[in-house]
Amino acid sequence: MGSNSLYGPLDPAPDAGYTDAPPRMGFFTDTSVCIGCKACEVACKTWNAVPDDGFDLLGHSYDNTGGLTANSWRHVAFIEQPRSSSGAGTDVPGAFAGLPVGPSSVPATNVVAARAGADTGTSPGIRPAVDALAAAATAGTEFLGTAPATQASPAGGAQFLGMPMTDLPGRVNEAPRTDFRWLMMSNVCKHCTHAGCLDVCPTGALFRTEFGTVVVQEDICNGCGYCISACPYGVIDRREDDGRAWKCTLCYDRLGDGLEPACAKACPTESIQFGELSELRERAARRVETLHENGVAEARLYGNDPSDGVGGDGAFFLLLDEPEVYGLPPDPHVPTRDIVLMWKRAGLAALTMAATAVVAFAGRRQ
Amino acid sequence: MAEAHPVGFQWVIEAKNRGAKVIHVDPRFTRTSALAHTYLPVRAGADIAFLGGVVNYILSNEKDFREYVVAYTNASMIVSEDFQDTEDLDGLFSGYDPETNTYDQSSWQYAGQQDEGQGQGESHVDRETASGLEQESHGPPIPADVPRDPTLQDPRCVYQVLKRHYARYTPEVVERLCGVPQEKFLEVCEAWTANSGRERTTALVYSVGWTQHSVGVQYIRTGAIIQLLLGNMGRPGGGVMALRGHASIQGSTDIPTLFNLLPGYLPMPHFKQHQLFDQWIDAIRHPEQAGFWANAKSYAVSLLKSYWGDAATAENDYGYGWMPRLTGDHGTYQQVLDMIDGKVKGYFLLGQNPAVGSAHGKAQRLGMANLDWLVVRDLFMIESATFWKNGPEIGTGEIVPEECKTEVFFMPAASHAEKSGTFTQTQRMLQWREQAVEPSGDARSELWFFYHLGRIIRERLAGSTRPRDAGILNLTWDYELHGELEEPSGEDVLKEINGYDVTTGKLLSSFTEMKSDGSTSGGCWIYTGVYKDGVNQAARRKPGSEQNYVAREWGWAWPADRRTLYNRASADPDGKPWSERKKYVWWDEAKGEWVGDDVPDFEKTKPPSYRPAEGATGVEAISGDDAFIMQGDGKGWLYAPSGLIDGPMPTHYEPAESTVRNPLYGQQANPTRKVYERSDNLTNPSPPERHAEVFPYVFSTSRLTEHHTAGGMSRQLAYLSELQPEMFVEVSPELAAERGLEHMGWAHMVTARAAIEARVMVTDRLAPLRIDGRVVHQLWMPYHWGSEGLVTGDSANDLIGITLDPNVLIQESKVGTCDIQPGRRPTGPELLTYVQGYRDRAGLTPGHRTPIETPRDADDGQQ
Repeated sequence: MGSNSLYGPLDPAPDAGYTDAPPRMGFFTDTSVCIGCKACEVACKTWNAVPDDGFDLLGHSYDNTGGLTANSWRHVAFIEQPRSSSGAGTDVPGAFAGLPVGPSSVPATNVVAARAGADTGTSPGIRPAVDALAAAATAGTEFLGTAPATQASPAGGAQFLGMPMTDLPGRVNEAPRTDFRWLMMSNVCKHCTHAGCLDVCPTGALFRTEFGTVVVQEDICNGCGYCISACPYGVIDRREDDGRAWKCTLCYDRLGDGLEPACAKACPTESIQFGELSELRERAARRVETLHENGVAEARLYGNDPSDGVGGDGAFFLLLDEPEVYGLPPDPHVPTRDIVLMWKRAGLAALTMAATAVVAFAGRRQ
Repeated sequence: MAEAHPVGFQWVIEAKNRGAKVIHVDPRFTRTSALAHTYLPVRAGADIAFLGGVVNYILSNEKDFREYVVAYTNASMIVSEDFQDTEDLDGLFSGYDPETNTYDQSSWQYAGQQDEGQGQGESHVDRETASGLEQESHGPPIPADVPRDPTLQDPRCVYQVLKRHYARYTPEVVERLCGVPQEKFLEVCEAWTANSGRERTTALVYSVGWTQHSVGVQYIRTGAIIQLLLGNMGRPGGGVMALRGHASIQGSTDIPTLFNLLPGYLPMPHFKQHQLFDQWIDAIRHPEQAGFWANAKSYAVSLLKSYWGDAATAENDYGYGWMPRLTGDHGTYQQVLDMIDGKVKGYFLLGQNPAVGSAHGKAQRLGMANLDWLVVRDLFMIESATFWKNGPEIGTGEIVPEECKTEVFFMPAASHAEKSGTFTQTQRMLQWREQAVEPSGDARSELWFFYHLGRIIRERLAGSTRPRDAGILNLTWDYELHGELEEPSGEDVLKEINGYDVTTGKLLSSFTEMKSDGSTSGGCWIYTGVYKDGVNQAARRKPGSEQNYVAREWGWAWPADRRTLYNRASADPDGKPWSERKKYVWWDEAKGEWVGDDVPDFEKTKPPSYRPAEGATGVEAISGDDAFIMQGDGKGWLYAPSGLIDGPMPTHYEPAESTVRNPLYGQQANPTRKVYERSDNLTNPSPPERHAEVFPYVFSTSRLTEHHTAGGMSRQLAYLSELQPEMFVEVSPELAAERGLEHMGWAHMVTARAAIEARVMVTDRLAPLRIDGRVVHQLWMPYHWGSEGLVTGDSANDLIGITLDPNVLIQESKVGTCDIQPGRRPTGPELLTYVQGYRDRAGLTPGHRTPIETPRDADDGQQ
């Protein structure tokens, strides 16, 4: 083990003892071209025979996977982001600029609505937000008239409709929406340079491959679950039925045969790019530069920096907003980063205790 | 496109990365919008107003590609003085007959040709048999000599007629009708026109939901008019691209599964119009007309020879008497209504799930429940095979399993990986596919099924002397069989389609080798050449990196392996490329022939300077600068003097079900739309009818990436089902607030046909629009769910009624009106009572008829 193995930049495969290791392989996931088709999720499950994750409508935009789990090794996140300006740094009007807000139609509509909604025999009865009959009674039966454009919006401001909130805390904007972004990102195990899961695995089920990736051997895993708390991204997870830990292998079996991972192969827009990590990092830097030139000022890389808390990710991303917006930790670090300091502190504490004890005994003698 | 065609969308992303501007117009913000530079929300059903606004922008600012327009379109042709526009007649063109709701089209003709147009009797029959689809591809009769004004100043020339027609489609009107702010609309106009011309071209891409309107054909025509005005047809990077909804749907119209067409877009004979062989041939080739359809007899005779081989002789008109005849509307919707009425006894369903996927699901299911027998071939047990025990009508008591008399035969089908054959996709390219594995269990290919079904039927009929059996007994039915399953050879079939010389057996290399004397055979003239030189050209797989960008050595495209149709238009009238940047096909003076990156879509050695002699017809009448060689006058049509049932120029009509009165004309909806006025096919009232407010919201349906059409291939798979596990409806926060809908709560939608329930998805991706001064809400549903599979739910198509486009009989299934209420729908017989309550409130009482002609002065005082 090298002197720096616990923290900071290094090439993990040689560090793990491989001689003549092939170049480190990884993913560059460019979310600026992701179309949210989820082909990666399906290709991953098909190739790796991962079980389905249950049929649950989650209501979080088009994401019904929810997150990376033992049964979902790729996860496409969908973030619906209303914005009060186009944010593109241009004078292009936003997607919804100039559109009306507030209640629709016409009083006559609401009369019908109120009558029809009386009793369906099945609903616990969610009352219409507008007292339609009353509104109609005051407004008459006008049908083709012009609806007042400035009528107070029942949707404006405080009324909560149960939609998921995607804004950062403290970033909620009261202004009417004029623009909108739908961000999509295919998330995956980061295959960290310093992998917390691997470091804490007591059985050796988790190991570093010659490609620099991190893989669980399911026949060795004893299901202790230490790896789960050690992952700074919350990726690795235990399967409920067998208790063992599962996660992306970066298709170790395919790599051995000279194939690219199933998800990258299936991705139609090359949002998921597979290759030598050093080359991917250069490519990613150029892509960010291009996007900045094209006015996409918010483009930034995540997990590409070898000096970050995990020594850089083997799978890194181009994002269009803060990592938290995508559910990613802003400043992940491997627990082992602090091991030296912790031991030093523990040692210091022990020394202090010992010294105190010595002092105490010494003091009693006096 | 990203939603329904994610794989094809990679090319949009690639173009975007190279600097292309992507504009997306859609009623709701989709995955495509997420990746576009500009997104415009638009009201469903107002597309002609939008595109008409673009036409108006082009014409009033003179942004058209004038040299192209004068040379290659019919802009300079003079229209008959008898023609009257919708602008004069409040939404009707001249010649309207309120009795049949069709047009006498003679006044639409070019000047001096008034006798050539279709009379209304013909027009009426043409609507019944959807012959607009045929006309669309080979052009109706147009004599070659038409008066013209190349200066485009004559007030009756097409250019001026078009200009007047769209003069009212201003940005203000677009905003009023479509809900699109003017500045955003103008941004689209400017981008589209700036990116068209000598140096640049723009592609118009649509998915086939665009066609599913009561004015569907006219939607596409408006797009085509813009592309012609801007010079974007027949040139690289241009065109109007239809993204087809399934694998090989282009192929299934080329060699059709449609009732009114034969292979290669030859019309199915009509019992009255085409009693004699020559009548049928002349109806296709129009003897005095220019263009390549003049050789139709060769194509038709070769087709009959491929059906009947040696039995097809000149003496028996090549077996024409054995051909089935149309007697009227045999379209899929007429068939279903006939099933309900007990007129149809048996039905084959192949790879189709109408119980979920077709409009008016209840009519589909009730129709199928009233058959003697039904054969369903599919990969999975789908709703159309189990409706009799599992459909929604079981709960309401409308179908009683013990009493349903339909005997259902389910035949498992082989998937695309279990058989070899071709796919013909949207770009008209045939791509050969090898079989990967043998089908499992009893699953068999369609080819196997029909070959052996035909074989058994012919064995049963052997020795019969009845005239009606002769056509079946005389069929050529010999294909090489292989394997234990006795699978017929797909390559054998492809050779038969390609065609051959009947004496030498030599495969034809081009349809120009086809003869009208019975010496050649060929199953689909436009596919001739796919087996050129005895080689399966569709199986070519030379990578794009090893050839030029046209990639002509990948697969094979009809006709004659041309990758871009009408590519003569990529050169100027003198045969020179419009620009170096957009060079594609040009005239090489030294060689004396057309050359370029693609196969020239023109006679190879006909020089640009060629002018036909007086009285010439057919191919000889095509002038050296007539780029649109399949049209009767060699020109791209900005104005269609005949052939379309509903008018020579697209006009904004409201959908058959709309929440607003047509702001432009008294005529509310397409006056020639095909309606089936029946108590089991009620239409929601629209203005100027009363009670439109009972169904106050506009809805549209479409697909999710995660599922495939009616779900037969995706709801059975856990990996896809988990990604979209439940039927839902998308509403804006504003509509949710108005109706008290809660995110992830239940809601139900109601129309005059049905009430269905779904979970609510409140999303900012939908927004209210201001239409004609009112705020209009739109809601959206996917249509993938039914009663079978791992994930089930109510079917959105149950909400939709049967109203069809008059030209091709496609249903209006992408826009309608409905109500939405919180909570689940009633179940059991109460559901029927509940829907009846809506009908009663909407005035849809027995004897009610939806008004077709709606002059402004007849408007109800209350409206």
